[in-house]
Amino acid sequence: MSQRSRLNVIVVQALVASLMFALLGRLFYLQVADTGKYQDAALSIQSRDIVTPAIRGAITDSSGTPFVMDRPGMVITIDRSIIDKLADTGTSIIARVAKLLGQKPEDIFQRTRLCGELPVASRTGCWNGTRYQPIPVTRDATQAQALKVLENADRYPGVDAEPVPIRTYPATAGENAAHVLGYVGSVTEKDLADPTKSYYRNEVLGKDGLELIYNQYLRGAPGVKTVIVDRKEAITQQSRNTKPVPGYNLVTNLNVKLQAATEKALESAVRRSKSMGYKADGGAALVMDVNSGKILAIASYPTFEPSMWEKGLTVAQAKNLYSDAAGVPALSRPLQGMYAPASTFKALSVVAATKAGYNMSARYDCPASVQIGNREFKNFETKPLGKIPMQQAIAVSCDTVWYQIAYDEWVRDGGLSPKSDLNDYFFKTAQGFGLGKKTGIDLPGEATGRLPDRAWKERYYQANKDFYCNFESRAKKSDLTPYLIAIAKENCVDGGKIRAGDAVNFSIGQGDTLMTPLQMVVTYAAVANGGTLYEPQVARAIIKPDGTVVKEFTPHVNGTAPLTPADTAFLHKSLRSVATVGTAAGVFASFPIHVAGKTGTGQVFGKNANGSAKDDTSWFASFAPVEKPQYAVVMVVSQGGFGAAVSAVGVKDIYTALYGVSGSTVDPKKAIFPDGIPSKLPTIDLRAVTLAKQ
Amino acid sequence: MSIINNFRRNRIKNSFSQFDRVLTFSVAALLLIGTLLVYAATKSWFASQGLDPQYYLKRHIVNIFIGVILAYGTTLIDYRLLRAYTPIVWGLAVLGLVAVLIPHVGSTVNGARAWISFPGGFQIQPAELAKIAIIVGISMVLAEKNDANANPTDIDVLKALAISAVPMLLILAQPDLGTVAIISAAILAIIATSGAPTRWVVGLLLVAIIGGFGAVKTGVVSDYQIKRLQSFVDPSADPQQSGYQLRQSRITIGSGGLVGKGLFSGPQTNGRFVPEQQTDFIFTVAGEELGFLGSGLILALFMLFFLRAFMIVRRTNDLFGRLVGIGVIAWFAFQAFENIGMTMGLVPMTGVPLPFLSYGGSSMFANLIGLGLLQNIHLRS
Repeated sequence: MSQRSRLNVIVVQALVASLMFALLGRLFYLQVADTGKYQDAALSIQSRDIVTPAIRGAITDSSGTPFVMDRPGMVITIDRSIIDKLADTGTSIIARVAKLLGQKPEDIFQRTRLCGELPVASRTGCWNGTRYQPIPVTRDATQAQALKVLENADRYPGVDAEPVPIRTYPATAGENAAHVLGYVGSVTEKDLADPTKSYYRNEVLGKDGLELIYNQYLRGAPGVKTVIVDRKEAITQQSRNTKPVPGYNLVTNLNVKLQAATEKALESAVRRSKSMGYKADGGAALVMDVNSGKILAIASYPTFEPSMWEKGLTVAQAKNLYSDAAGVPALSRPLQGMYAPASTFKALSVVAATKAGYNMSARYDCPASVQIGNREFKNFETKPLGKIPMQQAIAVSCDTVWYQIAYDEWVRDGGLSPKSDLNDYFFKTAQGFGLGKKTGIDLPGEATGRLPDRAWKERYYQANKDFYCNFESRAKKSDLTPYLIAIAKENCVDGGKIRAGDAVNFSIGQGDTLMTPLQMVVTYAAVANGGTLYEPQVARAIIKPDGTVVKEFTPHVNGTAPLTPADTAFLHKSLRSVATVGTAAGVFASFPIHVAGKTGTGQVFGKNANGSAKDDTSWFASFAPVEKPQYAVVMVVSQGGFGAAVSAVGVKDIYTALYGVSGSTVDPKKAIFPDGIPSKLPTIDLRAVTLAKQ
Repeated sequence: MSIINNFRRNRIKNSFSQFDRVLTFSVAALLLIGTLLVYAATKSWFASQGLDPQYYLKRHIVNIFIGVILAYGTTLIDYRLLRAYTPIVWGLAVLGLVAVLIPHVGSTVNGARAWISFPGGFQIQPAELAKIAIIVGISMVLAEKNDANANPTDIDVLKALAISAVPMLLILAQPDLGTVAIISAAILAIIATSGAPTRWVVGLLLVAIIGGFGAVKTGVVSDYQIKRLQSFVDPSADPQQSGYQLRQSRITIGSGGLVGKGLFSGPQTNGRFVPEQQTDFIFTVAGEELGFLGSGLILALFMLFFLRAFMIVRRTNDLFGRLVGIGVIAWFAFQAFENIGMTMGLVPMTGVPLPFLSYGGSSMFANLIGLGLLQNIHLRS
């Protein structure tokens, strides 16, 4: 036996030993060091959660009447992982389902496409989930349609039907409330990835409006049955079984009848404006309790059918929501629409002027126009009224009074060379009323409006300086008029400064100032209640299905407006005179409710898509009754024309419903709140509503 | 007459008592564990399909029984006399390997044409027989020296290679790279131990490495093997087939943890998430149900077996016995490494069973004959 042979046996033995130890090392790594990872992976391979959706809570008005609630529906789903494998990649199945549901094949096609599969521009209505989950094409199929699918499984491969709870909108008073309610939709991948929320794939979530904000209460908890399956998806054991817990009901401060009346008043205001030849492309109306901030009605025009999501949004519907031609119905104008407040702002100018020491009992000159620098600022109606009392100036909405006061104050503050200790009465008053800031309403997507004070002006200038200083090379050819070039030159030099024109425009709510209708109603409520700035609230309480109160929303004060009792008294008196002898006197003649308010007719610069000049914004901001204010009511119609003829009439319609006015008398029994704004929580009985619908 | 009878009785009695007990114990323990694992791998799946849950268990026990008889038979004749049968075994193996390549005779499983089907559902895998034929065959050639201290010459090595080349090429044609690799390992170990010139060992190692690369590059290796290789490097490359198997296999072993889910209670195993679990992936059953302790025990038993087998090899003074012994060890060790390493994602996927544990007749018979050879060498050293 050679020595080499003996040595080589040892070498081979060492090699074998190293192979074995390599295995042992790897085994240790897999089973001891890294076992957690593999146990999780194994669990996700083996376990399936069968999720029974919970009944979503209802959203009711303050009397317990539901705006929206769940009812049994029938979802029809298409499984892409099955139909994609068919010879025609599911085209014929989609056509068959479309025919069955009475819809267009294109719409079903779109709804079953993953968003990532489509070009960015045409993703409306696309599916936000994965290919491997059944995609709902409608949640509102009839029993007959569902049965057809289930009984002819061979003709509908990959198509399934199962009962689900769906959102239904009883519209007991004919209300729409689409914007405030919002809508629900399928869970997205992003929601599922959020570890703080344990969502399940077939759940529906609030996507907008109250459904979004109060989703955590409305949602409830889905019932989950966890089963262990084998490779063929056969269930081998069950490891968890929880029953679904119904969601809580949300009681709002709204009232279905008042909501319906407000929507109707807004819609007829828009129609009236159109019949007068204005474009009237949208509007908003709000009713708020001036003593608590409760939102009693909130309407946006144009609107949409809230149930269209559950029925299966068509491509046309989805596009329409954001189409300019249709007036962008998706926009919730009460909180997202921003308009120049125009003369409604004069209520704040009064406060600013008294702070500056002006006597509200004195008489002021109201000429046809005022010369400010090299520009002539005219009255809206170029009629000289001579020296008139301030109350009358408000009633008839004289602008020139304010031009003079604002100009004088601007000069006192140093004009183009501002002093270090600025009074800025007008800006500070607007800030004091919360302009340019969100009101904090419990609805998503609220806009801030715009308060063009010195800081804003400077920011804006820094952002646009470059454009102004290179105007002739940067601007469009059509904008190269001598006038615009001159303005650009001026802006290039000192665009960051508040100029006389800015100060003058600000005092009458024109220029760069923008307010949301919501800010307007909060402002007028503060004028009505003596200066308390309430946070507007839609939600009233969260109540369990068994009646237990989970949470009550109490009024919340955001701040106090800089309003003295004398200001309040003067404003009540002069705003009342708007409706008695002023711009809205015609509208409110012999109206039994003593409404105080202000018209506003805002000039809008810029052009419509078709090149026509924009029509004026029509405002009416009000509160009533002036003796003991209870409600603030605001309406705005964009491109609606005059404030009085369009919006003031609309506001009157709302008061008519609110108080039960017929002609010049009040029928308290017909009032929306015969016993005042409800302070007690209602009992909610949804069964009665369900029965009525079926 | 009585003397002869007496002699025979004595010899048989002796062979029972003189078997290496540790070697026997380690294999017996592996066989027992393997039986439980085969049962665990198939029981609940077959029951859920409405089939006899003990189908594989029964057949496995029959295979072991036949294998034990074969092993015992192997120990009866002096291994040195076995050389006489070597040409017959070699010839049968080559015939079988040719037969599997003939359409309708050979059947294809998992891409390799490796089985001959007989009526009644029996299948024979000639490659298993070829392993023994090659190990014994080349050991014979390299040990055929009059002078015990003379080393094999280049001619001897060439002869040995010629003997193994024919069956190996046939196995490569199936194609069954895993088995070719195992045989190559055994050949290398035998040549190295034989005292043949070192340049042969180094040269053959290089050939194996270059050949492996060349096979992939030139397309000698079939698509399914390249896919297996790719999915080893990147399990998402072929997620439906081999990638799936590798991932499932790793998850199944990893999820067992330290103590495992308990015999017959592994959800991955009972859900049949790992394909071929009673054969090539039997180790995953141990991994999931017996955990690190149980699967570590299997590795420990293998190590014990090899330790003992090396002891036997070192003790024998006969070069032929030593070469056969080292060949059998290299075969088992490399096959166990290939199989277990594959289930844990350590080496690329091949279709070789785990010695003494996997279900499968041909492999079980060959393994136990291998055990018989080692005992034979032990008895006669």
